[in-house]
Amino acid sequence: MKIQQTLTLTALVTLSGLAQAQLDPVHVRSWAASCAACHGTNGHAQPGMISLAGVPKEVTIQKMLDYKAGRVPAATIMHQLAKGYSDEQIAAIAGYFAAQKK
Amino acid sequence: MQRRHFLQTGSALGAMGLVSGCATMGGGSGPKVVVIGGGYAGATAAKYLRMWSEHKIQVTLVEPSDAFISCPMSNLVIGGSKTITEITTPYDNLTKRHGVKIIKDRVNTIDADKRIVKLAGGTELTYDRLIVSPGVDFMWETLPGMNRAGAKEQVMHAWKAGEQTVTLRKQLEAMPDGGVFAMSIPLAPYRCPPGPYERACQVADYFTKAKPKSKVLILDANDDVTSKPGLFKKAWTDRYKGIIEYRSKHNVTDVDVANKTVKFEFNEDVKASVLNVIPSMRAGDIAVNAGLATANKRWCEVDFLTFESKAAKNVHVLGDAIQVAPLMPKSGHMANQHGKTCAAAVIALLMGKEVNPMPIYNNTCYSYVSTKDVVHVASVHRYDAEKKTMLTVTGSGGVSSAANELEGVYAWSWAQNIWADTLA
Repeated sequence: MKIQQTLTLTALVTLSGLAQAQLDPVHVRSWAASCAACHGTNGHAQPGMISLAGVPKEVTIQKMLDYKAGRVPAATIMHQLAKGYSDEQIAAIAGYFAAQKK
Repeated sequence: MQRRHFLQTGSALGAMGLVSGCATMGGGSGPKVVVIGGGYAGATAAKYLRMWSEHKIQVTLVEPSDAFISCPMSNLVIGGSKTITEITTPYDNLTKRHGVKIIKDRVNTIDADKRIVKLAGGTELTYDRLIVSPGVDFMWETLPGMNRAGAKEQVMHAWKAGEQTVTLRKQLEAMPDGGVFAMSIPLAPYRCPPGPYERACQVADYFTKAKPKSKVLILDANDDVTSKPGLFKKAWTDRYKGIIEYRSKHNVTDVDVANKTVKFEFNEDVKASVLNVIPSMRAGDIAVNAGLATANKRWCEVDFLTFESKAAKNVHVLGDAIQVAPLMPKSGHMANQHGKTCAAAVIALLMGKEVNPMPIYNNTCYSYVSTKDVVHVASVHRYDAEKKTMLTVTGSGGVSSAANELEGVYAWSWAQNIWADTLA
């Protein structure tokens, strides 16, 4: 049963999406939950902080990569945190927040 | 096998009608989790267990306090720029929004073999998984004078926010100008590494405005400032010159409460107008009494994938009570992360699913060096499968380049967000 299921799954994903498909969405949710301490549960921030919920995936990815590369002038904290995540982890987390209702 | 088990559990829960949009509470027969302690770790775990299990898991939180009073930001109450009300959050949203059953009581004993928690009020709670999040208690045995009658009512630690915080503020207000506020810091590890140094700044800020002839004396058992040393020392020189004096390697061995004097291992006694003694700490009493504090009888060793205790099965320990991983601070932010990591793992274990093999989470600690200017330390921690612990990611993290007002805005916003994330 397990083998059959794996084969079906493999058939469903394209080669380019393979790496993403291997990430369990429940585990990605846990990664994203770490951001909630500052950005609110599921990315719904209290006033005064940027909400991440419903922000298009590409926008969050670009921001995080800019922070990671030191391209954001006068950054305070996010350039230090962004360096702790791989590009793949950033993409997965950005995808999670993009899927949340604003 | 595991998957079939999950499917059976899942369908059974569905049949019971617990999979509804509203916060169903009690009465059901889904898996039971008891959480001891409603601090940053315990309250977060309770909320996320309900949210992420879609209310399939019954969660009971045992907490003796009426409301959550935050340790982070409590130094601002001591400095006088915030009130205790502003750092207090009620627990009721955990019940109203998430269906967490809250019992206002203390835990007397844990029977890990029978999976029973006995409360002081006589109630017995059974559980499938137990989460112990008791915070810290103090090693009063290291300070004989503090065990005399009335001593603890006169000399504050103010290291658990609440009455102690308010009393210390009142003592500072009552102190005549020209007095000395002396604060002692225990050897690391202790809760909130930058906390004492922030407190010194807050008291000094108050003195500059209200009692300019007064002094702040920091008596640190450690060899040097344990967190953000450069930034704190710069604040003391630039902002509080002549007010704050820092003395390292001052390990307090006793307190003469009547004479407001602290005694040290190697140094001369220090007499003060207001004494603030922060004693050495260990895991909270309930964890120690339950045999969970296996590291030097002080801290609780856990598996960092699940936060399950290394000493007791089906028992998880969170927050300041644990034996931390390398460079992992005992902070409210970190405790909130423990809560979520554990909640996800407990759900996976109860539902027969795979536990996340790669936890990754961050920490940010803000410290106010005045009522507006703030400095931070940040880090990212990931699981190392080989070393079986959490390690900081190379190249990540850091501190502020200088104290600034923007981070002051972020710091207060952080508080609003983490309080909501933990309790609402």
